[in-house]
Amino acid sequence: MRVHFTVNGRQHEADDVWEGESLLYVLRERMGLPGSKNACEQGECGSCTVRLDGVPVCACLVAAGQAEGREVVTVEGLAAHAGQRAQRSGGAPARSEGGQAALAPIQQAFIDAGAVQCGFCTPGLLVAADELLDRQPNPSDADIREALSGNLCRCTGYEKIMDAVRLAASRQGEAARR
Amino acid sequence: MDFLRPASWEDALAAKAEHPAAVPIAGGTDVMVEINFGHRRPEHLLDLGRIEELATWETDRDTVRLGAGVPYTKIMESLRAELPGLALASHTVASPQIRNRGGVGGNLGTASPAGDAHPALLAAGAEVEAESVRGSRLIPIDAFYTGVKRNALAPDELIRAVRIRKARGPQQFSKVGTRNAMVIAVCAFAIALYPAERRVRTGIGSAAPTPVRAEEAEAFLAAALDEERLWDSGARIAPSLAEKFAGLCAAACDPIDDVRGTADYRRHAVGVMARRTLTWTWEAYRAAPAADRREGGAV
Repeated sequence: MRVHFTVNGRQHEADDVWEGESLLYVLRERMGLPGSKNACEQGECGSCTVRLDGVPVCACLVAAGQAEGREVVTVEGLAAHAGQRAQRSGGAPARSEGGQAALAPIQQAFIDAGAVQCGFCTPGLLVAADELLDRQPNPSDADIREALSGNLCRCTGYEKIMDAVRLAASRQGEAARR
Repeated sequence: MDFLRPASWEDALAAKAEHPAAVPIAGGTDVMVEINFGHRRPEHLLDLGRIEELATWETDRDTVRLGAGVPYTKIMESLRAELPGLALASHTVASPQIRNRGGVGGNLGTASPAGDAHPALLAAGAEVEAESVRGSRLIPIDAFYTGVKRNALAPDELIRAVRIRKARGPQQFSKVGTRNAMVIAVCAFAIALYPAERRVRTGIGSAAPTPVRAEEAEAFLAAALDEERLWDSGARIAPSLAEKFAGLCAAACDPIDDVRGTADYRRHAVGVMARRTLTWTWEAYRAAPAADRREGGAV
């Protein structure tokens, strides 16, 4: 079957999609967007987390046909998504440095806080954490733990990840006040 | 495989009538796991995700009619006052990503003994609204679970909604697992007090081939509360009474040993959860003003 949906603001389509295929497979193998990671294929690990019509979901558990006509945001589109949010709240958009694509505040915070170890869980954590900051600009530690409870890090770097989300939240707050 | 994408509930019922073996998919959190692992290759997948009324709920004075596809996140956020037991159970489901997709209809359709919603639905005395092109019927939750991952639905039926009475007394839910998130219940327990009717209902998950009630325990407790006039006095429940209730709840289990826990552990844990949740709900009942207690309005 053929499926069409919007990914990171751009209309995409894929042909010859098997009816039992997941959104994750279509993103990675048919649309050239390998940022969302494929690990457990059963919704346990969260490394495939994307936003479907704004809501964080495990892309491995969404049938491709269910995404028809909907809007998907993946880690590849996170910087642009966060930039739009910043502009809406009157802050500065993410900076672009030396021709490099700009990073979302949560991405920069993961780097600065040392929250990336092997990096495999990182895309899912970024999407989940960014959605938290969207919804709850000033999260408590309990909010952060709950929002990230569906994302496993096998390097067990959770403390640095907590640091990164706190850092991104405080920077986002500062940017909005400026 | 065919992917059926009905745009309306009527179209979905027609598709299910034409293809009774079609597998309904809503949140996908059960079905897609089975497909990803090659455990299931249905000829037809019936996507219910486009049918808007399944993702909504309606309330009247006494009842919530909860659409089969309302995600657990919405139950937690919006129905905590009306359905406290189910809202608590919803919060223990997996993770935010799963709670954003999964709902009670899928839990009922899969009918796993470990499904998190079941104990709360049993304690609340829910009714499952099943519909086919032949018509609609209400299946009492007590008659819904017919075996391990089996339910009372006919092949051409789909779950439209679950009708759940609004809480008229305190409710609680408790679940045992190795961590808070992403846990399939080792066992689970739900309790609901009905002060106006002087009754108690329970639900036990993951400790028998199907979700079950502890009916003897309920009858014992109702009789003991009456006999000691505790509904009226609002006095504490004696530890011996709570222990007897807990023992009867444990005895209602018919568990197995598996990777998540042993049968002995499950029986023990159900007893502990029964005692604790009884205490929590009873303390909430006692804490309510006496006038509210008589009206059965304490939640």
